[in-house]
Amino acid sequence: MNSDVIIVRNLTKRFGAFTAVDAISFSVRRGEIFGFLGANGAGKTTAMRMLCGLSIPTSGSASVAGCDIVTEPEPVKRNIGYMSQRFALYGALTVMQNLRLFATVYGMSDADFRQSARTLMQWLDMESLADTTVSSLPVGWKQKLAFAAATIHNPSVLFLDEPTGGVDPITRRRFWELIYKVASEGMTVFVTTHYLDEAEYCDRVCIMVDGSIRALDTPAELKKKYKCDTVDAVFRQVAQTALRSADA
Amino acid sequence: MKFRILMALLRKELLLMRANPFVLRVVLALPVMVMLVIPLVASMDVRNVSVAVVNLDHSPLAARLTAGIEAVGELNIAGGYDSYAGAIDEVERGRADVVLTIPRGFARDFSAGRMPSLDIAANGVNATKGATGASYVAGAVSSTLAAVAEAEGIVLPEDAPAMFNLFNPTLNFRNYMIPGLMVMLIIMICGFLPAMNIVGEKESGTIEAVNVTPVGRFTFVLSKLIPYWVAGLIVVAEAMLIGRVVWGLAPLGSVCVLFLAAVLFILVMSGLGVAIANVSSTILQCIFVMFACIMVFQLMGGLFTPINSMPSWARMLTLAVPPRYYIEIMRSVYLKGSSFAEIWTQFAALAAFAAGFCALAAATYRKRA
Repeated sequence: MNSDVIIVRNLTKRFGAFTAVDAISFSVRRGEIFGFLGANGAGKTTAMRMLCGLSIPTSGSASVAGCDIVTEPEPVKRNIGYMSQRFALYGALTVMQNLRLFATVYGMSDADFRQSARTLMQWLDMESLADTTVSSLPVGWKQKLAFAAATIHNPSVLFLDEPTGGVDPITRRRFWELIYKVASEGMTVFVTTHYLDEAEYCDRVCIMVDGSIRALDTPAELKKKYKCDTVDAVFRQVAQTALRSADA
Repeated sequence: MKFRILMALLRKELLLMRANPFVLRVVLALPVMVMLVIPLVASMDVRNVSVAVVNLDHSPLAARLTAGIEAVGELNIAGGYDSYAGAIDEVERGRADVVLTIPRGFARDFSAGRMPSLDIAANGVNATKGATGASYVAGAVSSTLAAVAEAEGIVLPEDAPAMFNLFNPTLNFRNYMIPGLMVMLIIMICGFLPAMNIVGEKESGTIEAVNVTPVGRFTFVLSKLIPYWVAGLIVVAEAMLIGRVVWGLAPLGSVCVLFLAAVLFILVMSGLGVAIANVSSTILQCIFVMFACIMVFQLMGGLFTPINSMPSWARMLTLAVPPRYYIEIMRSVYLKGSSFAEIWTQFAALAAFAAGFCALAAATYRKRA
C-alpha cells in the first residue's frame, strides 16, 4: 500500500514580519525515509514542529496519518513519535523510568511495555544501562535513548529533528541502521539534518532554502538533474542563493 | 486510562523530588523556621515606653497616678517635671516617648465628682510606639482613677473613658501574627514551587517532550498541582502544631474549618502560580511576576496592616486580593472561634477565587505555540 501518510499544502508560519516557513507543499509515502535538508534557519524545525502539533500554522494545511494538524492536533500526537533537536528526557530519571513514563502516556499496558522495552533495549545494545541515570549517559547513548522513547509506542510516523547532532561518525552510522530498520517495518521516517552525507541514505530529499522548498526528489534524480556526484554538491548549488545568514 | 497516565506523571514527579530533595527540604524546614523564629523577632508589641510626668497638682492622687503608671510592665517613668516645656525637652532628647500632664486642681475636681481632663501627648516619630504607649498610659490612668473612685465612693460621670480589647485580651501581637504567618507559608510553598517546577520543565525542554504526546493538558497540570496540594496541607499541619506546642496558641474555632479554608487558599495560590508559569518562558521572569503579586498580597491582604485603616479606595481594592479572605478566616477562627456559618461569605469569596484561578491555569496552558 503506497498511500501518502503526510500531505502538506501551502503550509506557512510567520513570526511577526518574519516568514519562517513559506507556503511549502509535499507528500510523504508510507514507509518512506524523507530527508529534510537546509542550513540553520532555513525553517526545517519550524515545519516539523507544525507537523507534530507543537506549533499552529499561520496558513495552509497538512495532515499526518490521516489527521488534520490544525483541527485534530491531539489525534496526530497519538500516531507520531518525535525526537527533538535538543535532548529532552528527564535527566534525573533512569533509562527505564523514562521509557516507562512515555509508554504509559501513550496508553501502553504494562505487559506491552515490558515486552517492547526488552526488545528495544536489546536492539539498541543498552540492556546493561537500564537502571542508569540518564544525565550520566554520554551524548551518543542519550540520542539512542531519545530514539527509543520516540519509537516505543510503535508510531506510524517518526519525526527526527537532527538526530545525529554532536554524535561521532560510528554512532551516526549505527543510528542510520536504526532508521533503516524501523522504516523497513513500515514506519514512515521524516528526518531533518544538515549532514549532507546522510541525505544519501534517504529515499527522497527535500532541500529548504529561506523557508521554501527549492528541490525535492530522490538523491539519484537530484544528482542527475544538477549534474553533480554527491547530494552535498547539489545542496551547494541549490542553497547558494540563500539570503538568510547561515553558519555553512 | 486517563487515571493511569495521571499516576505515571505523578510517579515521575515523586521520582524527580527524590532525585532533587530541595522541595522536600523546603516543605519540611521552612514552616519550622518561620514559625519558630519570626514570632520572636517580628513582634510589634511595644515595650519600654518612657513617660515624662508634668505634675502641676502635687496632690497624693497625682502621686498615685504616677505609681500606677510605673506598675505597668511596659511603662517606666522618665521623670517628674514642673513645666510642659521641660518634659518636651526630654522628648526631643529621645529620653521620653509620652508626656502626661496632670493639671493644677486635678485632685480637687476629681473628689468633687467632676471628671477633670488629663493631657496625654505622644511622640509621633515612632508612630506605633507613641500611639500604643499613649493608650497604655491612658489605661493605667483610668484604672487607677477607677480604683480610687471606688474606694472613696466617688461617682464618676457616665462618659468616663474606658478601654478594653476584645478577643485578644493581652493585645499580644504574636497571637495576631501566627495565623498570618501560616498564610505567608502557603503563599510561598503553594504559589512558588509549582510555578518554578513548570518553568523548569520549559527551560530543560522536557515539557516539549510531554506536549508532543497525547497527554491531556488537565492531566498534566493536575500532575503538577497534586504534589503541592499535599505539601500545602503538610505545611499547614506543621505550622498549627508549632503554634500550639511552642507558642501555646490553639484555635478557638474548629480545626476542620481551618483546613477547609487552607484547601481553598492552596487552590487559589497554586492556580495563580501555574497561570504565571504558563505565560513565563524563564524562571527569572516567572519569579519576578510572582514577587509582584505576592508583594501586593502581603501589603494589601491585611497581613501586616489592618484593612480598616486603609483609605476607602484601597479598601475596595483589597476585595480583589484573595489572601484577605483567608487571613480573615484564619484570625477569626483562631482568635474569635468563629464557626463556618459566621464567616461563610469569606469562604464563598475564596471559593470563587479558587475556581477562577484554576480555570485561568488550565486556560493558559497551551500544548501548541
